[in-house]
Amino acid sequence: MINFQYARASDVADAVRQIAADPTAKFIAGGTNLIDLMKEDVERPSRLIDISRLPLKSVEQTADGGLRIGALVPNSDLAYHPLIAQRYPMLASAILAGASAQLRNMASTGGNLLQRTRCAYFYDTVTPCNKREPGSGCSAITGLNRIHAILGASEACIATHPSDMCVALVALDAKVHVAGPAGQRAIAFADFHRLPGSTPQRDTNLEPNEIVTAVELPARGFATNYTYLKIRDRLSYAFALVSVAAALELDGSTIKEARLALGGVAHKPWRDPAAEAALRGQAGNPAVFAQAADVLLRDARGYEHNSFKIDLARRAIIRALTQAARGTPQSQSNKRIL
Amino acid sequence: MAQSSSAARTGPEKFSTPAKMAVTLHVNGVERKLTVAPWTTLLDALRLHLDLTGTKKGCDHGQCGACTVLVDGRRINSCLTLAVMKDGVQVTTIEGLAQGNTLHPLQQAFIEHDAFQCGYCTPGQICSAAGLIAEGHARTADEIRELMSGNICRCGAYPNIVAAIQQAMGQS
Repeated sequence: MINFQYARASDVADAVRQIAADPTAKFIAGGTNLIDLMKEDVERPSRLIDISRLPLKSVEQTADGGLRIGALVPNSDLAYHPLIAQRYPMLASAILAGASAQLRNMASTGGNLLQRTRCAYFYDTVTPCNKREPGSGCSAITGLNRIHAILGASEACIATHPSDMCVALVALDAKVHVAGPAGQRAIAFADFHRLPGSTPQRDTNLEPNEIVTAVELPARGFATNYTYLKIRDRLSYAFALVSVAAALELDGSTIKEARLALGGVAHKPWRDPAAEAALRGQAGNPAVFAQAADVLLRDARGYEHNSFKIDLARRAIIRALTQAARGTPQSQSNKRIL
Repeated sequence: MAQSSSAARTGPEKFSTPAKMAVTLHVNGVERKLTVAPWTTLLDALRLHLDLTGTKKGCDHGQCGACTVLVDGRRINSCLTLAVMKDGVQVTTIEGLAQGNTLHPLQQAFIEHDAFQCGYCTPGQICSAAGLIAEGHARTADEIRELMSGNICRCGAYPNIVAAIQQAMGQS
């Protein structure tokens, strides 16, 4: 690992001051992704600013019936938090579908949002990668691209965002609270992560001198009709080939409200309002679910090794919506898909 | 050329070496003071500075679980955290589980169920299982398998590992 300086931040304002003073510094919280990337020479910060002891570890109820999750709440604490398990079980399920128990104990809420892609070429510093080294080219487009994007990619980058938690958060209409030199602001979750376009080096719309302080959930939790269905190359502890967060509000068999977001398919957690509109007001049956899948995948494009993901995504969407409508969410321990 | 290489020799170092830092860890109930560079992982601090080599370095990237230890009672990958970040914490390693000559119930169960072959992943498996039991979220074999998926055993002792953990859970 490279040499670097280490300092602790005393509070959020101090963290913002320290990061603004040194453009080559990085925040560290759980460290599960950053330290790995530093060992691989992909990230080379001159200084780590340790924010792990800041008081951002509580889950609090908001005035409008939602929850405010501190940026440093560990993923495991969030997944097993009674209010999350009861009111936002799709979020709990998505978190438990990701990583391992050890990593979930370490990884923070804010850090989960900011983790980098697992594209092998991003990690491999001897190959071109526009995300790691802008302008050098994309090795994945003509390389091994089994895990890569089928939606929203560009000629510059076909990497995917690896998070499971974020797929549930975008479906739930979460907000990201951030602080910076100019004060605080809130970013709608759907606007937090970016598509690659011509600037794949930027994963998110967080400014370099800003810090994530909290993630806020609205009151609506879809605790009855939901699922998080994750398809991967082994049964546990692997990134998604395709994952689906599906949540419905039903009136009898009619869909009053629908949320549908996909992981493993794009540079950001993929939520498509048109696909949700195709569900709203319709009967909750497989033909309707297939129509919504076709809407969501209308612009999907495969590459040499990942074209199978288009049909996989279509089937996973139909299955996930069926699970949600039935009220039988996917178990994250018994992996049989019913 | 001669001029520029001369300037390089007399100029400031391109990369200054950051000062080492004092860290106190409470390891297996014993206070240990050490001085480490900021980039020293908790794993390297345990193995190289404290000679506690029971904790294994497998992949060194958080993918295998061989480095699993308990920090303030929670299982983590010690290869993916820095010793300087853990100043003041309680660390339990495989060396700290037995009570004198009495093995921890998990250690005893791993022996009784032949839950290893080469043994390299075993310290991490046992520390991870201790964390799993303390967390209290696993009841069925499926749940044990899922919540132990961060510990890879390339000898394939998984069925016996699950049986050993079930036995230890029954005792705790």
